[in-house]
Amino acid sequence: MKFGILVNEGPFTHQASDTAYHFCKAAIEKGHEVSRVFFYFDGVNNANKLSEPQSDDRNIVKLWSELATEKGVDLVVCVAAGMRRGIKEENIAEGFHISGLGQLVEAGMGCDRLVMFGD
Amino acid sequence: MADTELEIEGVMKTFTFMNRKAPYGTIYALEVLETVLITAAFEQHANIVFVDDGVYQIKKGHDTGAINMKNFSPTFGIVEMEKEDADEDEDMDMVWRIIVEKESMEARGLTKDDFKLDVEILTSAELADVLDASDCIISG
Amino acid sequence: MLHTVNKSPFDRNSLDSCLRLAKKGSAILLIEDGVIAAMSGTAESSKLEGALADHSVFVLGPDLQARGLDASKLIEGISVVDYGGFVDLTVEHGTVQSWL
Repeated sequence: MKFGILVNEGPFTHQASDTAYHFCKAAIEKGHEVSRVFFYFDGVNNANKLSEPQSDDRNIVKLWSELATEKGVDLVVCVAAGMRRGIKEENIAEGFHISGLGQLVEAGMGCDRLVMFGD
Repeated sequence: MADTELEIEGVMKTFTFMNRKAPYGTIYALEVLETVLITAAFEQHANIVFVDDGVYQIKKGHDTGAINMKNFSPTFGIVEMEKEDADEDEDMDMVWRIIVEKESMEARGLTKDDFKLDVEILTSAELADVLDASDCIISG
Repeated sequence: MLHTVNKSPFDRNSLDSCLRLAKKGSAILLIEDGVIAAMSGTAESSKLEGALADHSVFVLGPDLQARGLDASKLIEGISVVDYGGFVDLTVEHGTVQSWL
């Protein structure tokens, strides 16, 4: 089954991004395809490569990056939401790319399930 | 990395937008509204639903001058225009509905006249059927 | 249809709205702070106890453990799932509504 995932919160205020990440990992382990993760609202902050969590904390930006580089998951950051929050080409982590909100609608259209995580 | 291609040719789905938060206190209302407008470009069915404090998003008379925030109330006029286009254009398959849950409206002492859009008022049981018939639900 | 709820019933009305708008037969999964609603013997327990007649109710185990909540004190009839179980629920039940 194809999954589209919507992440609407950043990594340091809400649990949403962590839950979404664990969901994606579990779906892939079960043999499903995570076709796209779309980062919207404060969720765009998950792509910030300048983020430096303390050493005893998980590095969710890096974990998402690895999901893209190792499992080929398409990580899309909303251009308009990103611009508002200063998330641009120059500071997005490996594996993420910036595109339009149409990519979210396409994920809904092209996937069997759209699952959103937010606050 | 380039955009991944998803098979969307000829796909027609029903998107439901569940607006449950009051405007201005958080950004959710504004950014959900942006998604609603993009959905029109893909000619998908859409239910724009106002539940809980979300009903205040379409209350008449928003004036954000004194808080110096963008008043997005006029943008709902575009939603209404898209709905009218969909209703009138016989070549277009898409159906748009603008819905307020009766229980949420009444709990807040509001009536249909308080809204700046012409909305359908559905009971929670009727709205439950609309949700159940949706393919994708985006809530804010 | 699957409904997820991620807020405590002591904090927000998300569970109330979910129960008002979830059709009979749909499934409910409690995640994140939503897991608090699954505990028996609280001032909010009656909400889900009443809902079990119309819905299958699940709770995300990792979120219970993280909060030190004892799975033996769950409301009777609520099942614990892991992230893989969460995925299975979305596959089985179709459209997902996230009550935030």
